[in-house]
Amino acid sequence: MKIYVPGDSAAISVGADDVAAAIAHKVTGATIIRNGSRGALWLEPMVEVETEKGRVAYGPVSVEDIDSLVAADFMHGGAHALSLGESEKIEWLASQDRVTFKRVGIIDPLSLSDYEAHGGLVGLRRAISLSTEVIIEEVKESGVRGRGGAGFPAGIKWKTVADAISDQKYICCNADEGDSGTFADRMLIEGDPFTLIEGMTIAAIAVGATEGIVYLRSEYPYAIKTLQKAIDIAHAFGWLGSSVLGSKHAFELKIRVGAGSYVCGEETAMLESIEGKRGVVRAKPPLPALEGLFGKPTVINNVLTLSTIPAVLADGAGAYKARGVGRSLGTQVFQLAGNIKCGGIVEKPFGISIEEVVNGYGGGTLSGLPLRAVQVGGPLGAYFGIDKFETSLDYESMLAAGGMLGHGGIVVFDDSVDLAQQARFAMSFCALESCGKCTPCRIGSTRGVETIDLIIQGVKVDENKKLLLDLCEVMTDGSLCAMGGLTPMPVKSAMINFPEDFTGEVSRR
Amino acid sequence: MKYSTWSQEAALAVLATLREEKGPVLMALQALQKEFGYVHKEDVTLVANFFNKSRADVHGVLTFYHDLLTEAPTDNQISVCVAEACQAVGSRQLEKDVKAKFGKEVHDGYCFGNCALGPSAMVNGAIIGRASVEKIAKARI
Repeated sequence: MKIYVPGDSAAISVGADDVAAAIAHKVTGATIIRNGSRGALWLEPMVEVETEKGRVAYGPVSVEDIDSLVAADFMHGGAHALSLGESEKIEWLASQDRVTFKRVGIIDPLSLSDYEAHGGLVGLRRAISLSTEVIIEEVKESGVRGRGGAGFPAGIKWKTVADAISDQKYICCNADEGDSGTFADRMLIEGDPFTLIEGMTIAAIAVGATEGIVYLRSEYPYAIKTLQKAIDIAHAFGWLGSSVLGSKHAFELKIRVGAGSYVCGEETAMLESIEGKRGVVRAKPPLPALEGLFGKPTVINNVLTLSTIPAVLADGAGAYKARGVGRSLGTQVFQLAGNIKCGGIVEKPFGISIEEVVNGYGGGTLSGLPLRAVQVGGPLGAYFGIDKFETSLDYESMLAAGGMLGHGGIVVFDDSVDLAQQARFAMSFCALESCGKCTPCRIGSTRGVETIDLIIQGVKVDENKKLLLDLCEVMTDGSLCAMGGLTPMPVKSAMINFPEDFTGEVSRR
Repeated sequence: MKYSTWSQEAALAVLATLREEKGPVLMALQALQKEFGYVHKEDVTLVANFFNKSRADVHGVLTFYHDLLTEAPTDNQISVCVAEACQAVGSRQLEKDVKAKFGKEVHDGYCFGNCALGPSAMVNGAIIGRASVEKIAKARI
């Protein structure tokens, strides 16, 4: 009898380990599989049992529920107040279009046979049989763009690295998912790590790299453990190493753990950090694609970008680009977070509206208070009010609306939020995390905090608002990287979309 | 958390395991902290000499990263996430309350990737969702 209890750290954060232990203790003959999470996080810990009609889910399960679940014969799908029915028919999940996340929550993350049974390694095997030009053409054709936030076409980046002549090239996976409200990289690594390894191996073959590094943040200890185990398994299987699945290609993969610096998610700061130095941003050019890690040509892609590649190679570019809108092709893994009733992973083609994600899937606020604002795209993304909820979630529409899609995180706030405080936080976070290389970011952020404080206190409000906008312009235009360059986005969007919070009067509350 | 007692020999033994690494300074400081709980004053010179770097290089790395500590950590290490998604569910107040109760054990965290089940905290490396002062107190050793 197979019982699935997610080993995803979000599930563990609400008691999944205790639930798994209690089930092991009280149900004899049960094989407990610690799968990833399917992403309906408000239902965690979501326990599933394998029955004749497929997997049946219960959730959210606590240790106190185990006795009554056993009494209801949940091991065979018995009726219980916590029953969610057949897992595949849970509307919230069934209505999604899972491509990058298709195996997450379904398979045992560390079972290669499970991985292969669910379509794993098909993309890599095909890539091995193709010429590097054809692989890159397929990736270009699919329209996959960088999921870290910049949205740069992956195929073009790969082509640049492939064309560079060098004795050594690198594939670097940016898993420094520091944006608040984002957790897709973590969930993918914890729930389906082989997909990332497969994507990186395909990238390596395509550009002629033999070494890969995953830069994984220290705040994700569970993901670090899972990925290391997966790498070891892939090694033992003959996937990683001197001959990838028996081919002429060699590929070694290592993890480098971050050390609590947000700016190291910026690609050049990440390279510095992998080289063991301070995470100080590099000026571009030279592009990392030509002079990246240790000065060698380097592909840098986000976890989700690389993890989407196996599906592109397995099913072809056509199947992938059939989804999405305009120049935003394929699916995006949205992450619903903050004050949200039904938070978690929503993977849908680009072009779904904020309304559909936040109210449709999210079901409104957790507190039950009216929803007042969302921040889309992480700490450097814009604050929008509900008047912008019809905006289509794709790269171009978000830009046109004065925001950005970023890494696909959406943080929801109820009406207790004070947008002046949120703007202040954006500046203070920038001051804390700035690498210090360029003045607009290093000094501007501190001046920004001071200026917003004056506005909040009601000191020369109009003058200081003007000054703040001027400062924002300097930071946007004068910063070396996106840290200082985009910090004005949450600040300005808060001022523009929620002017009533910047009057210097506390009367609103 | 249990850490080894620092000695020069023990520190050098840790560094010896990293001899073959490219760009080893940050890794070395992380490894020393993992073994001894924090980076000792003498480690800066040891790492510099071992990897043929300047002390300024090593000091620069040591002072850049929030994770690296230069003083012995408290027995319990509590980190409360104060980033936006957790702010949206009351982490500012939680952080104040937890700090009032556990003082020096508490540090600000910036996102543990548990943003749909906030407020989140990390206690001695274990993640806590829908965190409260009570839950955090229970997770302490």
